[in-house]
Amino acid sequence: MTTFDMAEASLREVNSALHAATSGEFVIENPRGAHAVAAGINSEIDVTINGPVGYYCAGMNQGGNVRINGNASAGLAENIMSGTVHITGSATMSAGATGHGGLVVIEGNAGSRCGISMKGVDIVVGGNVGHMSCFMGQSGNLVVLGDAGADLGDSLYETNIFVRGTVESLGSDCVEKDMEPEHLETLARLLAASGLDADPGEFIRYGSARQLYNFHIDDIDAEVRASGGAS
Amino acid sequence: MRIRAAAITGECNDMCGIVGLFLKTERHRPELGRLTAAMLHEMRSRGLDSAGFAVYDEGTVGTSRITVLAEGQTPDWEPTRAALEAALGAGVVARPLHDHAVFETIGDSGAARQWIIDNEPGLSVLSHGKQIELFKSVGDPDLVASRYDLASRTGTHAIAHTRMATESAVTTNGSHPFVTGPDTCLVHNGSLSNHHQLREQLVANGESFQTLNDSEVAAGYLSWRLREGDTIDAALERALVDLDGFYTFAIGIENGFAILRDPIACKPAVIAETDDWVAMSSEFRAIAQLPGVDDAEVWEPEPARIYTWSREGVPA
Repeated sequence: MTTFDMAEASLREVNSALHAATSGEFVIENPRGAHAVAAGINSEIDVTINGPVGYYCAGMNQGGNVRINGNASAGLAENIMSGTVHITGSATMSAGATGHGGLVVIEGNAGSRCGISMKGVDIVVGGNVGHMSCFMGQSGNLVVLGDAGADLGDSLYETNIFVRGTVESLGSDCVEKDMEPEHLETLARLLAASGLDADPGEFIRYGSARQLYNFHIDDIDAEVRASGGAS
Repeated sequence: MRIRAAAITGECNDMCGIVGLFLKTERHRPELGRLTAAMLHEMRSRGLDSAGFAVYDEGTVGTSRITVLAEGQTPDWEPTRAALEAALGAGVVARPLHDHAVFETIGDSGAARQWIIDNEPGLSVLSHGKQIELFKSVGDPDLVASRYDLASRTGTHAIAHTRMATESAVTTNGSHPFVTGPDTCLVHNGSLSNHHQLREQLVANGESFQTLNDSEVAAGYLSWRLREGDTIDAALERALVDLDGFYTFAIGIENGFAILRDPIACKPAVIAETDDWVAMSSEFRAIAQLPGVDDAEVWEPEPARIYTWSREGVPA
C-alpha cells in the first residue's frame, strides 16, 4: 500500500503515480478540496481518499475502485468509463456527468444535474438529488433513495430513473413508468452493489415518453416561448 | 510541478470567486480577518485581476462610518476630514489606509456619504453604515488582502470576492463588493444579460452608477428596492423576476448575510455550517481551511432559494 500526503505531495505527483500503476492499493491523505484528485485512473487499482475533494475527482475513471471518505465538489466521476467511485459524503453539481459505464455511489446528497447526459453509468444516491438531474440521460440507471429536485429527467433518452422519495417536478418528456420484474432485479443488484439498504418495492420508475425523439411542428410554439420570443 | 498543476486546474474554473463567513458565536470573532483571508487565498485562481472584502463588526453605539476611496492616490485626508466635520457639525476621525480611508463620526453616515459625493468628485464612497468597512482594489487577491490588513481584522462577518473581469474594465470601482445601502453590499459571480435595460430603468428611478459593470446594476437594483422599503428577502424575491442572467450573489447585511443563486444555478456555490459559523464559497476548498470543518454540515444551495443568516435578536 502506498500513501500520499497532499500536504506534502503535489497533485501532479499523486496523479502521475496513479496513472503509472497497474495494480495495488493507494491512500491519499489531506486532499483539502483540491481539484482533479485521482482523475484519469486507467487500471484496476484501489484508491482511498481521506478528506474533502474539489472538482472532477476520479474523473474519467477506467477500472479503478475509488473510495472517498468525505465530500466532493462539482464533476465527481465525470465521464467515468468503468470501475467504481464511492463517496461517503455528498457531492455538488454534475456528479457522474456523461459517464459511460461503471458505478458511482454517493451515500449523502448529490447537487444539481446529477447524471447529466449519462451514457451507461449506474449512479446510486443515498440521499437527494438536485434540480435537472439526469438531464438528457441516454442510458444506464440513476437510483435515488431520497427525493429528487425540479425537472428530473428533462429531455430523457433511455436512462432508467428510480426514486424512492418525492419528485419536485418531472422535466419535459419524462414520465412515470411501470416497474417490471427486470427493473426490480436491476434495482436489487445496484442496491446490493452500492451497499445501501432499501426495498426495491418502494421505488417508482421514471423514463422517457419518447415524444422528443422526432421533430413535431407543434413543439415550435413551446420553443419560441422558452426562448423568450413572441408567442 | 505544484504550480503547473494549479495552473491547469485553474483553467477549468469559472470566472470569479466568492467567499462569505458569518460567525454565530464569539469564539472565532478575534480571527474573522485571518479566516476570511485564508478563504480568499483559495479563490485566487478564480480571479486574479482584482479583489475586495467587506468586514462587519458590532460597531460602537452612536458611531457611524464611511469607507472612501481615492483611486490610485494616497492623498492627505486631513482637509477632507476637517471639511466633513464642519459640514456635519459633529466630530470626524479619519483612519487612512493607502488609497482608502474610514471616516468615523457620531453624525449620520448617510449625510456624510452625500457630502462626499457632492463635494469631493475625486473620491468614491465604498460603504456607509454603522458596522461595515469595505476595501477593494485591482491586483492579486493576496496582495489586496495584505495591503488593507484583512488578516488582523476582527468582527462578526465578512464577504469577499476575487474577480476575473468579463463584462467591464478592470478598475477598482469595477471590483466587488458593491454597496447597496447602509451596511449592505453585494458580491456576484456570473453575468447579467439584461443589465443595460435595467440600468436605464434604475437611473430613471434615481440610482446612479460609477461603472459599466453588470454587478453594479444588481447592487443598484437592491439599493432601489431596499430604499423603497423592501426587506432583503423581499428585494431578492423580486430580483429573481427582474434580473436575467447567471448569478450567485452573496449579500452582506448589518447582522448577517444572504445567498441567492439564479433558477438555473450553473455558477457554483457551497455552504457549510457548524455551531460556531456559517460559510459559503464558490468552492469547498475555501471552506476546508476553517476550524471544525470536519464536523460541518455541507450542502449546495438550491436554485432560486434565498438563504439568510443573522445574529439572534437582530432582525435581518
